[in-house]
Amino acid sequence: MSIIEVKNLCYTYGKGTPFEKTAVNDLSLSVDEGEVIGLIGHTGSGKSTLVQMLNGLIRPDSGQVLLNGCDIWSNPKEIRKIRFKVGMVFQYPEYQLFDETVYKDISFGPKNKGLSENEIDEVVRKSAKFVGLSDNLLQQSPFDLSGGEKRRAAIAGVIAMDPDVLVLDEPTAGLDPLGRDVLLSQIMQYHKERKNTIFIVSHSMEDIAQIADRVMVMNKGRLEMIDTPKKVFSQIDRLESMGLRVPQITKIMLSLKKRGFEFSDGILSVEQAFSEIVDLLKKEGKI
Amino acid sequence: MIRDVTLGQFIPSNSIIHKADPRVKIVLLISFIVLIFCAFNFMSLALVTAMILGIIILSDVPVKMYFKSLKVIIVIILITSMLNMFYGTGEPIWQFGFLKLTLSGIYRAVFVTVRIILLILISSCLTFTTSPTDLTDAIERLMKPLKVFHIKVHEIAMMMTIALRFVPTLLEETDKIMSAQKARGADMESGGLIKKVKSMTPVLIPLFVSAFRRAYDLAMAMECRCYQGGDGRTRMKTLHIHRLDIFCIVFTALVITGVVLCDIFIVPII
Repeated sequence: MSIIEVKNLCYTYGKGTPFEKTAVNDLSLSVDEGEVIGLIGHTGSGKSTLVQMLNGLIRPDSGQVLLNGCDIWSNPKEIRKIRFKVGMVFQYPEYQLFDETVYKDISFGPKNKGLSENEIDEVVRKSAKFVGLSDNLLQQSPFDLSGGEKRRAAIAGVIAMDPDVLVLDEPTAGLDPLGRDVLLSQIMQYHKERKNTIFIVSHSMEDIAQIADRVMVMNKGRLEMIDTPKKVFSQIDRLESMGLRVPQITKIMLSLKKRGFEFSDGILSVEQAFSEIVDLLKKEGKI
Repeated sequence: MIRDVTLGQFIPSNSIIHKADPRVKIVLLISFIVLIFCAFNFMSLALVTAMILGIIILSDVPVKMYFKSLKVIIVIILITSMLNMFYGTGEPIWQFGFLKLTLSGIYRAVFVTVRIILLILISSCLTFTTSPTDLTDAIERLMKPLKVFHIKVHEIAMMMTIALRFVPTLLEETDKIMSAQKARGADMESGGLIKKVKSMTPVLIPLFVSAFRRAYDLAMAMECRCYQGGDGRTRMKTLHIHRLDIFCIVFTALVITGVVLCDIFIVPII
């Protein structure tokens, strides 16, 4: 059953001023429970606007967002409740940290949700563990943490609300390569245990190829494609015309294929490429 | 919602008013303001109004934007015109208790209303058609004579430039942080005043932190480029007076003469 359904969504910034700009234009999609959706698109393609409409931070000009089959704007006064169900981690979330200790900051969401002290304590510790923050860090001021730790603390603050749908807007931007890998694997570990739906916006095609069940491609406010990473990343020309790339290894394998080597389409990881090459060499009797 | 602030918003275009020298625009704005308050009869007021409307049409800024800036002060206009209406002297036309409506009161109310509207229109016209950097450059240049009194004109202008430069940035930042906290279930709309103020803490603290961080970064960047204040500093774009500016000055001078003549030869109404 689809957990989120979007129907003919439109949104325009600065309506009626000279700075008018249509960010999302007649967009429809449907996402099943437990799916990991990778969202890619050029800067200004409307990704951030779209994800902010998913949890009701932006009210669409027209169209609907259905969560479990109910329009989230059917009762505007209850929109806060939607935000606990659709958790949203913004770009550079470390800039939203404000409380005296990391513990208090992570408990901000659960407290707003109205949980009891004991419940809060439990979810805070649990979500800190998910993102790999050790217990002694919880009593420190968030402003004393390192950049990567701040990022984790901020993500824990959203995970602590235990949302059914988790939206991450470029969670790995500005982290070092090791930090990115660790953070991504923690998010995937969390996904495996919690089995919730995840939207992840990223500029790193490698990351998207690695974790997403389906990839959404946005261009100029419209949904261009939504399909498995394999199918999306085989359409290299179409992606490049939108200012997007495919993972490096996919590009190499595609250009080798063009020169007559018999590889399959849409190879997404180095490991996969390796086994394909070995298979080919074996077939030709070279090893 | 926070982005809808029109105050001091620059709207780029290529009109004559946009092209005019910002120094000339500031000086002319000041003379217009004086002029607005020197119009004592309908003839001269009409002249000033016609000229300001002309400038607005020439400015190539959507009229909607002017209406937006007027909307903000509509209450002030209403209150002052009401007060003036009942404070006239002379024969009352209509009386209700201590409220006396007189002809001179009505005239006065009309004048006050038109004057405030003109004042807002012409000052918005300056901010709509002049980029903040041009504006501060012009102010710096115009205030240069104050150096005699050991006033640090360049530093003041630099502070203004930086402040203006960061208004949109900080607004955007506030918007972002508010969204982030709302996404964590922060409730900023409901509750009484104290609760509302309290609910702003999660927004204000990150905002201050980021403002300090930006200030620190900017100071560092300026130091890296050997910034050391205004002494010996030359400009990449120097302001020049062109034929257009001279035309503007002459035109304004003519209008001023017209208004003064009207004031002298026609009986003042107030």
